[in-house]
Amino acid sequence: MTDTSQPPTNALIVLGCPEAPAQQALAFHVAYNLKKRGTDVLIAGNPSVLNLLKVSDPEKHYVTATMVLEKCIAEVVEKKRDCDLCVVFAHNDAAIAYAATMRYLLPERRLVVIIFGKDPGPLADEVNFPCEKIVDKAVHNPMQLRAKINEVFGWAVSRT
Amino acid sequence: MGCIENLKYEMILPLGASFKECREYAEKNFKEVWYVDPGYKLFDEYIIGLPPIALGIEDGKKIIFPYTKPCHGTYLLAVEDADEVERVRKTARKKK
Repeated sequence: MTDTSQPPTNALIVLGCPEAPAQQALAFHVAYNLKKRGTDVLIAGNPSVLNLLKVSDPEKHYVTATMVLEKCIAEVVEKKRDCDLCVVFAHNDAAIAYAATMRYLLPERRLVVIIFGKDPGPLADEVNFPCEKIVDKAVHNPMQLRAKINEVFGWAVSRT
Repeated sequence: MGCIENLKYEMILPLGASFKECREYAEKNFKEVWYVDPGYKLFDEYIIGLPPIALGIEDGKKIIFPYTKPCHGTYLLAVEDADEVERVRKTARKKK
């Protein structure tokens, strides 16, 4: 298993469908906090979600590397890509399937699944594979979920 | 979809089906069922999902499989390809 006492060398953030606005804010939050602790971060998602990030961060302050999800999965399957930490954002059944796939492909790595949306409880119940789950009802407002993410990763709480 | 989108496919379960519904449908509705793990290559695409992933085979020439897209959920698709059926039979695990 990945040593969680040290910041990861590299992390993979897998994003789901961008229809829940909280995802984008929290993806920036996670990427920023990992990056400032020295972690190389790759964000994978569908073209729409990646374009939202690129348009929001044109000078790449927060997001430096992105990859289309299918290509990323292919590289992980083909053992061309690895990571110490994988964070999957999930607010629908499809994203849980992606999280389960990452668990299977990266059995020894730290996997954190952030489950959110209008009714995250039933979705969280579907996650019966080994991982750390962060669950909160969040669609538009990321603040409560951000606090839970900070707690799990041990990041200092910001009052802003 | 990637190259699967370019195949002549039949949609068995439409947009928005859950992954679990797709697995149960394949297990209940096809006499020949095989199991694979995430990352199994089918029609040059890596299949994703909760392991084990159920594949149905119909009439010895048609493969029924789940295909997941981030925004739409999982589709259960059927594609006719006798060569791919033979490859599945050689490389997947048979339902007991």
